[in-house]
Amino acid sequence: MTLSVRLRHRLGAFALDAEFMAPPGLTVLFGRSGSGKTTIVNAVAGLLMPDEGRIVAGDRTLLDTKRGIRLKSHRRRLGYIFQEGRLFPHLTVRQNLAYGAWFAPRHAPRENRDRVVELLGIGSLLDRRPGALSGGEKQRVAIGRALLSAPRLILADEPLAALDEARKAEILPYFERLRDEVSIPILYVSHSATEVARLATTIVALDAGRVVAQGPAAEMLADPAVLPTGAREAGAVVQARVAHHHADGLTELDAGGTPLFLPRVGAPPGDTLRVRISAHDVILARQRPDGLSALNILPGVVQELRPGAGPGTIVALETPAGRLLARITRRSAEALRLEPGSQVHAIIKTVSVAPLDIGGGGAGVEAAGPNGMSHDGTSVRPR
Amino acid sequence: MLDWLSPAEWEAVRLSLRVAFWATLFSLPLGIFVAYALARWRFAGRELLNVTVHLPLIMPPVVTGYLLLVAFGARGPVGGFLESWFGISFAFRWTGAALASGVMAFPFMVRAVRLSLEAVDPRLEQAAATLGASRIWVFLTVTLPLILPGIIAGTVLTFAKGMGEFGATITFVSNIPGQTQTIPLAINLLLETPGGEARAARLAALSIAIAAAALVLSELIARRVAARMGRA
Repeated sequence: MTLSVRLRHRLGAFALDAEFMAPPGLTVLFGRSGSGKTTIVNAVAGLLMPDEGRIVAGDRTLLDTKRGIRLKSHRRRLGYIFQEGRLFPHLTVRQNLAYGAWFAPRHAPRENRDRVVELLGIGSLLDRRPGALSGGEKQRVAIGRALLSAPRLILADEPLAALDEARKAEILPYFERLRDEVSIPILYVSHSATEVARLATTIVALDAGRVVAQGPAAEMLADPAVLPTGAREAGAVVQARVAHHHADGLTELDAGGTPLFLPRVGAPPGDTLRVRISAHDVILARQRPDGLSALNILPGVVQELRPGAGPGTIVALETPAGRLLARITRRSAEALRLEPGSQVHAIIKTVSVAPLDIGGGGAGVEAAGPNGMSHDGTSVRPR
Repeated sequence: MLDWLSPAEWEAVRLSLRVAFWATLFSLPLGIFVAYALARWRFAGRELLNVTVHLPLIMPPVVTGYLLLVAFGARGPVGGFLESWFGISFAFRWTGAALASGVMAFPFMVRAVRLSLEAVDPRLEQAAATLGASRIWVFLTVTLPLILPGIIAGTVLTFAKGMGEFGATITFVSNIPGQTQTIPLAINLLLETPGGEARAARLAALSIAIAAAALVLSELIARRVAARMGRA
């Protein structure tokens, strides 16, 4: 099922004029606060009636102002996961989970409750009330409640924003499992580069109420012309298989035939991971360096240089592990005489990869193909 | 035990309970509706409704009783209509006492419910809507349980007012033993009767006991509700 959205809405000085498609998988609406992300999600949920627009989920038209269709929120069957959970305080966890299911049409395809409870690890919380839950537990229950309402689509509005780092690390894997194990498409609002890198299969980048770019996540993240996260937080996502856990606390990954050493990850050998490699953690060298403490040295070919407004420049390079981005100074780029086609070595410190940037599941990354360079002009569509 | 009070005094107690019960029963749904309208809806005449509801609180009770007499008396516009079409009569009957108590207590009911309504997070109601609940289901499954403490408070206040209303009642339906002579009216009469002070004191003690029992009961319920929501 694909969600297609076209909206025009004016709210004081803010004007929203956005059009995008969310294919199956997890689509991240990405942008700064005030870029219109939440307005869009609320319009899809029916909590906000836009001045003009058309929203179609699969074969169901939720909104079409031209034809006078404005489906009420409760008839849209969308599972909305709010930033603050919004569990019902007077009901137990069990009753909260049952709430949406009770209103779902009898014949609607539903998730199995026991499976969802197990997926989210909330079996021991069923008889408690939301007042007695931690922030992370509340959010897991909120995910379950949305999932069990037999939704056509799941909406999530910055579901991790209200949580601290530890709680974020606790919840992120559940969204990965949702993406990989549940067939319901997810529209996910975020302004966090980490969340985008770990979760997105599709990215819709917003700025000031407009869609500035949209396309498969791997392409978008590795394209210096788009950089949905901005140059400062740029980073490419590579897909790698867990090869071996070493006794000294390192995990060796196999990234397209090249070893990649990371601090110990929990996944067992054979699992596929998505690893976000931040552009400012990548150092470039013309010759293969010798006597260096960094463990990860990947040969590569420069594809593209994109100077920024400041002293920095973003270099996109092709390595056996996939496309990488490096953020270096313009001065360095000139000193190394970098240009498309230059042979370089990318150096990545093992410990610089943050645990939050390593996620399970491979969905979406392979969409970019082995070289991550499948530009055909349609995936990135500036407006 | 039963001869502790005279049959006439028991009659007053029974009558007071009956008046308070029916006044509460009728003003409860109406009070919730008016409170909801005032808290949530924007409509022409909202301020007028607000003032009208609060009038009995600020007017002298005698004036409220007088207005009820004019409107609901046997020859009043509303009273005459109800009498001839439905056979419902308020004039000089216990039903009139219940009406007077209900009207006098109505502002308390509306205020209590409205305060708790305004404390309900509308985002919870939105969440319920996205989960498939229509407006009426949202109200029944989310709003109503969340305003339960306010409803309990309003109910107790209305009941207590029904037990003790004096001014509007005596003006509207007079002081008729067995029909409109509730506890306060009986006490008033006893105080004007030579040698009635002791019996007046017994009735006063009894009405204090009933009021205190109602308050304790409501506190117990409110505490249980709060504990259920994990706030106690």
